[in-house]
Amino acid sequence: MTYVLKPRLHHPTLPKNKIGYTRRDYEGKVSTLCAGCGHDSISAALIQAFWELDIQPHRVAKLSGIGCSSKTPDYFLGNSHGFNTVHGRMPSALTGANLANRELIYLGVSGDGDSASIGLGQFAHVMRRGVNMTYILENNGVYGLTKGQFSATADQGSKSKRGAVNADAPVDTVSVALLMGATFVARSFSGDKQQLTPLVKAAIAHQGAAFIDVISPCVAFNNHPGSTKSYDYVRDHNEAVNRLDFWPTREAITVDYTEGGVIEVPQHDGSIIKLRKLSASYDPTDRIGAQDQIAQAAVKGEVLTGLLYLAPDAEDLHAHLNTCAVPFNQLGEKDLCPGAGTLEKINASLR
Amino acid sequence: MKRIEAVNDFVIKFANVNGSGSASANELFAKSFLRMGIPVSPRNIFPSNIQGLPTWYEVRVTEKGHLGRRGGVDLMVAMNPQTWAEDVKEIDPGGYLFYDNTKPLPPSRFRDDIQVVGMPLTEICNATYTDSRERQLFKNILYVGALAGMMGVEPEVIAELIGEQYKGKEKLLKPNLNAFKMGLDYARNHLKDAIGLKTKRAYAVGDKIFIEGNAAAALGCLYGGATVCAWYPITPSSSLAEAFQRSCSKLRVDKDTGKNKFAIIQAEDELASIGIVVGAGWNGARAFTATAGPGISLMSEFIGLAYFAEIPAVIIDVQRGGPSTGMPTRTQQSDVMKCAYASHGDTKHVLLFPEDPYECFEMGAQAFDLAERLQTPVFMMTDLDIGMNQRLCNPLVWDDARRYDRGKLMTEKMLEAGMEFGRYLDVDGDGIPYRTLPGTHPTKGAYFTRGTSKNAHAMYSEAGPDYVYNMQRLLKKFETAKTLVPKPVLTPSKEPARFGCIYYGSTSPAMHEALEALSQSGIFVNALRVRAFPFQDEIFDFVQSHSKVFVVEQNRDAQLKTLLVNDAGINPASLISVLHYDGEPITARFITKEISQIVTALNVRPIKKDKAA
Repeated sequence: MTYVLKPRLHHPTLPKNKIGYTRRDYEGKVSTLCAGCGHDSISAALIQAFWELDIQPHRVAKLSGIGCSSKTPDYFLGNSHGFNTVHGRMPSALTGANLANRELIYLGVSGDGDSASIGLGQFAHVMRRGVNMTYILENNGVYGLTKGQFSATADQGSKSKRGAVNADAPVDTVSVALLMGATFVARSFSGDKQQLTPLVKAAIAHQGAAFIDVISPCVAFNNHPGSTKSYDYVRDHNEAVNRLDFWPTREAITVDYTEGGVIEVPQHDGSIIKLRKLSASYDPTDRIGAQDQIAQAAVKGEVLTGLLYLAPDAEDLHAHLNTCAVPFNQLGEKDLCPGAGTLEKINASLR
Repeated sequence: MKRIEAVNDFVIKFANVNGSGSASANELFAKSFLRMGIPVSPRNIFPSNIQGLPTWYEVRVTEKGHLGRRGGVDLMVAMNPQTWAEDVKEIDPGGYLFYDNTKPLPPSRFRDDIQVVGMPLTEICNATYTDSRERQLFKNILYVGALAGMMGVEPEVIAELIGEQYKGKEKLLKPNLNAFKMGLDYARNHLKDAIGLKTKRAYAVGDKIFIEGNAAAALGCLYGGATVCAWYPITPSSSLAEAFQRSCSKLRVDKDTGKNKFAIIQAEDELASIGIVVGAGWNGARAFTATAGPGISLMSEFIGLAYFAEIPAVIIDVQRGGPSTGMPTRTQQSDVMKCAYASHGDTKHVLLFPEDPYECFEMGAQAFDLAERLQTPVFMMTDLDIGMNQRLCNPLVWDDARRYDRGKLMTEKMLEAGMEFGRYLDVDGDGIPYRTLPGTHPTKGAYFTRGTSKNAHAMYSEAGPDYVYNMQRLLKKFETAKTLVPKPVLTPSKEPARFGCIYYGSTSPAMHEALEALSQSGIFVNALRVRAFPFQDEIFDFVQSHSKVFVVEQNRDAQLKTLLVNDAGINPASLISVLHYDGEPITARFITKEISQIVTALNVRPIKKDKAA
């Protein structure tokens, strides 16, 4: 980590996005994580994605649980409200926040201890409900803040820095999310910003429960030989099923694909996700097929990455609950209180 | 043997089998008294079971309006062979046993000191109906008819109630009316003057309404502007969330768009329920959860976060018997301490103690104003006795001029005008800082909410002075809460009194009846009903001005007394606990006996009536 304060001034020629913000406007406080931490790369990808999408930072609400990953929302989008909730319970707090104001963009940041160990229940249920959010799981298979214990995503047989071997079966968060009804499921690697940034953009545009498991090596406790979440291991075993491009609007689709088939998946908001297939047999709109292929790859020791599943006709919790368009937190007495006359009628019916 | 003779003042208890359809028949019977202008107070005594176990329904008919549980039974309607022995035993000497005498029972199954009234209910039903479910259901209506005949309940009143119940369901209306008539005629022909408990029309109900506390609390939340309800099913609170759902479906759907101005989530557990409430509160929606003791235990971590990060939340605890799973279908006031100090570390929370459905409505709505004004969790502490029983109470009141108090919200305009924003900065000296909602302003007012220690500007800080500043400010805020929560209500005795009495919540009706009985025997007590925590100075002063103060509670460990000693600095030597915690609602007879005994033991026997004890 660094103790140097970020300078306020920046170069006048820094590029601006359509709404006039530079990338610096999407930054937060200086990270207090270890140098080389995969999480910082994810923060950088998030900054890039929000900047490219021309989203005003203050229209984003960032929620997290507890752990190294959950600290990161302080390190990007400094002009957004953030909420560091309790361990493993970010999903419920995010659900409540989302109900209160459907107009903001909700970003949930969590870790593998937070989502797969203590918070597996809330992780599963938030997917079931289809809360409109981008849920980033910064997955390093280890507890960093408490110095190196295994988490529930650690692979069976992987070795801790102290040499202990993990005997427990791992929780595959991507499979859980698919099974529980998430409508956008992806996996990526913090060391591959080219892959991660468009995935984040597409997840933000997705109107439903979007989940990205990002393998993010812990340089302090889980980057050694014998670990299956180290930079080297993930680079060697990364099997991308597709490359993704994201267009905010329908008009701007001009791209040159040189190899592989291209799949276009239009989104509710008019944006289009374009996928360049790297694997001929992979269909990201087939939920059952995706589950099968993820399982097959796991047996071979491969880590399948890319956009693994996308439901084009996704609905979110507000649609399920048939809620009004005006955010709840803007409704007043006039909208909410039926008044004394109605109460008198209720009284009359109770005599 | 002297038999009990009474007019408009007696207790009838129905012993039934759960799931036999008795509940609606018994409720019909209870309501018939209300329509005759006689107050009643019914209570469900039910098992944690769906079908087959014993269940009781106790109806206190009380022209004087004593709505607490009296204790004792004047007439037992014994419809459950399984509990026969204990039901027969419970009848007061001179009281009545009404039973189905289709099969003869040996004399050893009865008592010499009670009146036995038999009616061949099964025989009549078997002769009249062929369907087994009909035989079961109409047996209930049959005994209602017979009781009405014996006690002089106006048949027109019951016919009217049956008509209301089966409005639009003609197929059911007719047979129910017939069954009722059959029972009525049987009693008139065969059981004339069998029972000395009589009714006659009175005018003691007035404009009062008959409603369950849970339904009233749900309406309070609706009127109070709650838009988010997250809950997990748990007795005795489930019917509150369900009532909120029903009321919202009628009153909160936008007429033009058909869209809902509410969201109700049945969460996966209580941890998620409170998480959703806290998340919604953080983002400016009025949100609540309804639960019982075990739920509070699970919610404690989030409650601590909401206290420390200062997020509004409303929690309705419909208390039941604890600890652990305890007595899920029985009543207690045993979560007082748990809620007052819920969560680890130094925490304190605002509690409200409604006495009846009327206050469940009033405080239910007020809780949201308090939660937003104080930016903290607010608990409404009801219990099974209030929550799950229909209770006669004053009509619910709402003033259309009333505005929601959204508390100190800093708006975009205020930020734009250059007002200083420090999320945890005490700018007004009342301990309450300003908050901003997410999305308020592009460059000003954003902050990071956390459960870790922070400075006045919400920056992470482990510095002792920053931590102490916030903890002291939270105490100051709790002082401010004293000025906002409902004040205690004093019921002065008719004569000057040395003794005082503090009580709260569902104890109220039994307490008032006990005060009357005590004063008749020359024991005069000033009574103070505590309606909220933190305790105001009035409570301290009340204790100071009496030599001894009884604290009447429905728990084993004298939880409110502990709170009075711990938080209001009251000398424990001046407090005497009167505790009732067997799961049944406290009775006037119990309070009267306990206080009389203690007063006697303190050697202050009243010399003659009307003289102060």
